[in-house]
Amino acid sequence: MNYLLQTPEQQQTMLQKIGVPSIETLLEQIPAELRLDRPLELPPALGELELDGELRQAAARTVGASSRVCFLGGGAYEHFIPAAVDELSGRGEFYTAYTPYQAEASQGTLQAFYEFQTLICQLTGMEVANASLYEGGTAVTEAAFMAMRVTGRTGPVIIPGGVHPQYQTVCRTYLESQDLSVVQTSLREGVTDLAALRSAITPATSCVVIQQPNALGMVEDIDAIREVVHASGALLVVVCDPISLGILKRPGDQGADIVVAEGQSLGIPLQFGGPYLGLLACRNDYVRKMPGRLIGKTQDRNGKSCYVLNLQTREQHIRRDKATSNICTNQGLMALRATIYLSLLGPHGLAELAELCCRRAHYLAQELARRTDVKVLSPKGFFKEFVIRHPQGGEFLKQKARAAGFDIGPTLEEFGDLPGVDPALRKEGVLVAVTECRTPEDLDGLVNALSN
Amino acid sequence: MAESLRYSKTHEWARGEGGEFVVGISDFAVGLLSDLVFIDLPEVGRKVAAGETFGEIESVKAVSELYSPLAGEVVAVNTELPDHLEWLNDDPFGKGWLVRLRVADAADAGELMSAEQYKAHCDAQQH
Amino acid sequence: MNNTIATRLIFEQSQPGRRSVSWPAAPLADVSLQDMLPASSLAASPPPLPEVGEPDVVRHFVNLSTQNMSVDSHFYPLGSCTMKYNPKRHERWAKLPGIIDVHPSQRDEDLQGLLGILYELQEMLAEIAGLPCVSLQPAAGAQGELTALLVAKAYFRSRGEERTAVLFPANAHGTNPASAAAAGLTCRQLAGGPDGLLDLEELQRAVNAQTAVFMITNPSTLGLFEPRIAEAARIVHAAGGLVYIDGANMNAIMGITRPGDFGGDMMHYNVHKTFTGPHGAGGPGAGPIAVRDFLGPFLPGPVVVREEQNGEIVYRRHTPASSIGRVRTFFGNVGILLRGYFYLRTLGARGVRDAAEQAVLNANYLKSSLADVLPARYGRYCLHEFVASAQQILQQRGLSAMDIAKRLLDHGFHAPTVYFPLVVPEALMIEPTETESLATLDAFVDALRKIILEEDPAVVKSAPQTTPVCRPDEVRAARQPMMCWTCPPAESIVK
Repeated sequence: MNYLLQTPEQQQTMLQKIGVPSIETLLEQIPAELRLDRPLELPPALGELELDGELRQAAARTVGASSRVCFLGGGAYEHFIPAAVDELSGRGEFYTAYTPYQAEASQGTLQAFYEFQTLICQLTGMEVANASLYEGGTAVTEAAFMAMRVTGRTGPVIIPGGVHPQYQTVCRTYLESQDLSVVQTSLREGVTDLAALRSAITPATSCVVIQQPNALGMVEDIDAIREVVHASGALLVVVCDPISLGILKRPGDQGADIVVAEGQSLGIPLQFGGPYLGLLACRNDYVRKMPGRLIGKTQDRNGKSCYVLNLQTREQHIRRDKATSNICTNQGLMALRATIYLSLLGPHGLAELAELCCRRAHYLAQELARRTDVKVLSPKGFFKEFVIRHPQGGEFLKQKARAAGFDIGPTLEEFGDLPGVDPALRKEGVLVAVTECRTPEDLDGLVNALSN
Repeated sequence: MAESLRYSKTHEWARGEGGEFVVGISDFAVGLLSDLVFIDLPEVGRKVAAGETFGEIESVKAVSELYSPLAGEVVAVNTELPDHLEWLNDDPFGKGWLVRLRVADAADAGELMSAEQYKAHCDAQQH
Repeated sequence: MNNTIATRLIFEQSQPGRRSVSWPAAPLADVSLQDMLPASSLAASPPPLPEVGEPDVVRHFVNLSTQNMSVDSHFYPLGSCTMKYNPKRHERWAKLPGIIDVHPSQRDEDLQGLLGILYELQEMLAEIAGLPCVSLQPAAGAQGELTALLVAKAYFRSRGEERTAVLFPANAHGTNPASAAAAGLTCRQLAGGPDGLLDLEELQRAVNAQTAVFMITNPSTLGLFEPRIAEAARIVHAAGGLVYIDGANMNAIMGITRPGDFGGDMMHYNVHKTFTGPHGAGGPGAGPIAVRDFLGPFLPGPVVVREEQNGEIVYRRHTPASSIGRVRTFFGNVGILLRGYFYLRTLGARGVRDAAEQAVLNANYLKSSLADVLPARYGRYCLHEFVASAQQILQQRGLSAMDIAKRLLDHGFHAPTVYFPLVVPEALMIEPTETESLATLDAFVDALRKIILEEDPAVVKSAPQTTPVCRPDEVRAARQPMMCWTCPPAESIVK
């Protein structure tokens, strides 16, 4: 089965029309000595029924989040996805189209992305958003490069320890390849140490990246951080949790210059880490320094409103080595999912969702503190994710929960480098994330599992 | 094409005015770019070397760098131009000027092409 | 048939008080949020998102979808993009529990089924490439390029060499120089020969002790195999550099020849193209890379390794010894990679080669059927695609490649890629793929002939007439960018 339609007779007709005896003649341009002289060693072809059986068996050997109770966090979360998100994004007219180069044949996609950009602006309080980037870590990196273009400063990018450790790794991988660097500053009592931040900033600092809530789940004091950052003329890049913006202040309202996020929470399944959705929004002034696709509104020949790919001169297919980024596509289908998701939730659905996650997380933290010998890092000041610790170690807690069918984590040791987290906490701590999918029974179940 | 100006190979023109030089881009270059949408000009006070990039000009599907024809300091910028890109089409040697330079050595302008030489240069590019 | 009410912007359909979701009651009802979070961090009101009901949302997006052309609905011969049929079975399998609901922080021991699949995919990609070490991490082709260049840099550094230059031909994808710049390397473009192929003498003159990587798309963007690719590789290798194969056009050669066998040291795949991703209206893609064994230690982590533990096969994630780090937060675009896996398991070795051969036959059939009206400047035969030039038609009838492309939409065909590669004037880059019928190809040829020979060229110049809009004003869009809907001032913002 290879989805081919031409019969052998039709192939002959085509060859005759071309005027060659066989396909082999067409392939003559590939020198014989470079040809593969054997069939590829691939598993045998399977029909739909047989492969279906095999894949179901393989899937059954994998224990997905839905067959265990998932309190896993660390940048990817099991949130509920309304059925309409799957149904609508599953329309072939969307997912089998490509980049909307021919605007007339792509108004569906273009308008959806224009709505996406607007929704992200509404969500973050910013003035312009692009049509998405790969995922959270690369969005942070693109924001750092963008801040350098805006400020003309190329000193170390400052990333306090509260930013997701893997975002930091991605950022370092990219920046260091251009002989640029990242300076980490430490946490103090679970949040950014302002004094350490202040002393790390120099006149060459292009930006400071702050995650809100941070990688330990704690809410940062953005106002205080902004004052320190802006006093130096650097830009404030805020990495946000989109769901939290149902109740937390929007970064745009707090003076952020660039806002980025992992958009997986907005209706995108976990699927082992990708595809996810990188969000990037900023002030209008910086629009020509932005990476990635942008959709603009315009008029057609007859004066009708319509949408097009806009400001393409920033991009690689025109500016080549001077492009704002080498990114070529966006994460179109994921952006569409987020567009549908946010439309379905609306302001009140999002606010209630954020509050539900927050209250369930706090309930769990309270009950763990009350009924078990587990310590909660901080009784308040977190949104949906928090750190618990035990003298016998994070791994001990994880195994104990696991034995009862609950997955918590990652442990702080697994999570990565967290500067300013003392070695004891690093060894003893583990993250617990609570979404709306965790029922009261799940919460009490985890408390019971950790209480004996 | 204006006869009294000096031209660079990259299609900028320069006109001496009281010890300073006004700089713009030629009608030929504007014609090549077509449908201009954006121009990025330097700030006053910027020092530029001859041949150094001092800005960019964009059409929908192309971007070109602007090169300073002479070494000097930017003493004035046509700040109204970004909102009136049509001036580049209508009056590239007048209202469509880009920057005014205080040059280190006015004799450098002698290195640039005359109108006649520049015309030959453009003709060669078209073929 | 157009429902213009439903396709108004979702924001214009907002009615305060309307909603589509409800959530269960939250615990700790007697505790204020201000006792959980700092008061200064709490918003006074939620973000001003639109307020619409589920029926609004469904009708809106269903109607929007009908304003797209797609592979499911139309022939989509967009050159360089390999718009082949996207099998429906892939969509079902990608949603299986145990695949779609797996959290990236789950333990390897719980993921043996999925890790086994990903390991097998690595092996299959290594075999098709003829390059043994694979990283599935890059999210797209462009990220694959960048990742491979970082791997090359790390390799040279490990040998104490500071090589900084990347060479590529003029007809390269724009991502090649952009990726080189992103990797902190300098770019040098090679003009190429008059036959549209590599000029080896030019390459020989260009390589030196600074040459890090020679990037080349093979088959090229002109749809031609570089017959001297092996000599080119020898020239680069002799200068101490590495050869990178942009695998955008693997659909033409899979199972016939392998990048590793014609001199490539590194390559990326575009799973969304060659292995029918799908394209998702512009992503997500997946751009896994394959490299030679001596480059394997530098790949980004994690990769999947297979081990025997007490006589049992075990798969686990592993970060290579001298890894460059990570180019994304989690493992990779697994959802897309899996579709590539499903495809390869469905086709098998014979099917893969048949697909490549049929893609080549379909492209040559179109090329030969159009030779008199839309000649392709380069190559007697093409591989999976060809680049025709409308220059003659522009001169004779005043019809540009863009005019022809737009008029094709009226005939029910998506347009080819236009004005790329830049080395062909008035370029129309046509890639039919293997999954189109002879009847479709013939109808496409008929449509193109009709357009080119249209009695009144003004009809073509005013196309498209059957699409929702006609020739958007891109100049206006770029001069006064409007990228975000703003609430008209007369209306109150939703609180």
